[in-house]
Amino acid sequence: MYDATHNALAPFQRWLKPRGSVEKTFIVAEEITKGALFNCQMCGQCVLHSTGMTCPMNCPKNLRNGPCGGVRANGHCEIIPEMRCVWVQAWERSRAMPEYGNEILNVLPPVNRRLQNTSAWINEFTGIAQKNPAGWIGVNEILMRDANVISSGARNLAADNADFSLRSK
Amino acid sequence: MQISRSARNDTTFFVPPPSSNLVSGSRLERVLKAGRFAVTAELNPPDSADPQAVYDRALVLATVCDAINATDASGAHCHMSSVSMCALLTRAGYEPIYQISCRDRNRIAIQGDVLGAAAMGVKNVLCLTGDGVQAGDQPEAKPVFDLDSLTLLRTVRIMRDAGQFLSGRKLDVPPRVFVGAAENPFAPPFDFRPLRLQKKWQAGAEFIQTQYCFDIARLREFMQRVVDLGLHEKLYILVGVGPLRSARVAEWMRTNVPGVHIPDTMVERLRGAENQAREGKKLCIELIQQVREIPGVRGVHVMAYRQEELVAEIIDEAGLLPRVTEKDLARR
Ligand code: SF4
Repeated sequence: MYDATHNALAPFQRWLKPRGSVEKTFIVAEEITKGALFNCQMCGQCVLHSTGMTCPMNCPKNLRNGPCGGVRANGHCEIIPEMRCVWVQAWERSRAMPEYGNEILNVLPPVNRRLQNTSAWINEFTGIAQKNPAGWIGVNEILMRDANVISSGARNLAADNADFSLRSK
Repeated sequence: MQISRSARNDTTFFVPPPSSNLVSGSRLERVLKAGRFAVTAELNPPDSADPQAVYDRALVLATVCDAINATDASGAHCHMSSVSMCALLTRAGYEPIYQISCRDRNRIAIQGDVLGAAAMGVKNVLCLTGDGVQAGDQPEAKPVFDLDSLTLLRTVRIMRDAGQFLSGRKLDVPPRVFVGAAENPFAPPFDFRPLRLQKKWQAGAEFIQTQYCFDIARLREFMQRVVDLGLHEKLYILVGVGPLRSARVAEWMRTNVPGVHIPDTMVERLRGAENQAREGKKLCIELIQQVREIPGVRGVHVMAYRQEELVAEIIDEAGLLPRVTEKDLARR
């Protein structure tokens, strides 16, 4: 859906100013289409591919990385007992998606709350939807960068711990 | 700054530092990395401004476990805050696990508290999503849930390992904490749970404490998948256990406490017992012994709401004492 939107939007790039009138049109269009199809909550950073085409913002805890530990035995939500857990549904649906199904296994970054009630289609096109917090990095990268610090830190800690005296024995 | 789609779909795997490398130096980390079976216990915070209430309970637990969990308004009931309990505990020389829930604080507050906790000597943190506000006695409160447990895990790892806030701003001294997460093998969707555990590892978890286990068959199934995925070698998994005081309490817990699943057979066994409390304790000890046999399990986490004495008795009678000494740990 994104690729199609992207191509369709390409000629109109210069009108797509944030909070502009064109955006308003898109917001309305998105609310109507995605609202009807996916019960879209207009978070402005659509991750339906990674969530079995189930909008994770319907989860009362806004979880974007999988179900909480509170899912009821009948598969319903901890907070809204009459609703099926969004993630039980997302997991089932993802199993039926041959192409994107395993995207549910990816760790998604924190949501950008400033994009609430803006158009995800436009945000995706302009790239703002994909922009992570500046400090957000892959753990692989963290460890490579920090390998030396960790091992020298461990040596210091060994010295610190020589007199470590927890009352528990 | 990453702006490609692939950056958003972060699938980077990481190799945890070799076990000889300590990152926090916490007792829990050292016990686990020495290959010893770990025991942690939950300390329920008082509804009091008196520090003695915390010390009294900690004293009972300290000799029977390797680290004490300081809960963060669990069940959405307000008590003394977890960070301040941790401050009291470290001050008295105990080792806390600082539980952080995403329910009440946004990313700005949480990152500040992680720094503050580390400054006060906290060496273990447990990153949780948190129970919904509806579960507590102030359901009118505003739920925050700015981060989720996975983004929280990664945030703490970024602070610790890259020495920066989520914004990229540098820290002068990063918080050296051993990072944990929770998992509930007993809640649906069951076949997603082991993969969700894998996601937690990818997000940065180093140890896991599970929700209450009352269903050993379900736990075995879960752990089998965990071992198949190789996660038992990447994560130190502690299984949550606790005593049930009576069949009535069991019924109440499974309807009212989010995420607690108690099989009917267990409730029936309690109901049929002459002394239900004694039977509940016996059941818990049996469970610990069964849990210890399961490949991939590296410890137990014992919880009993405001019954610290009972927790200590259970750990003793389950044969988990004495705990490994500092001397033993130093010798390896
Ligand atoms: S039970 Fe499911 S829908 Fe409800 S809060 Fe937890 S993850 Fe979200």
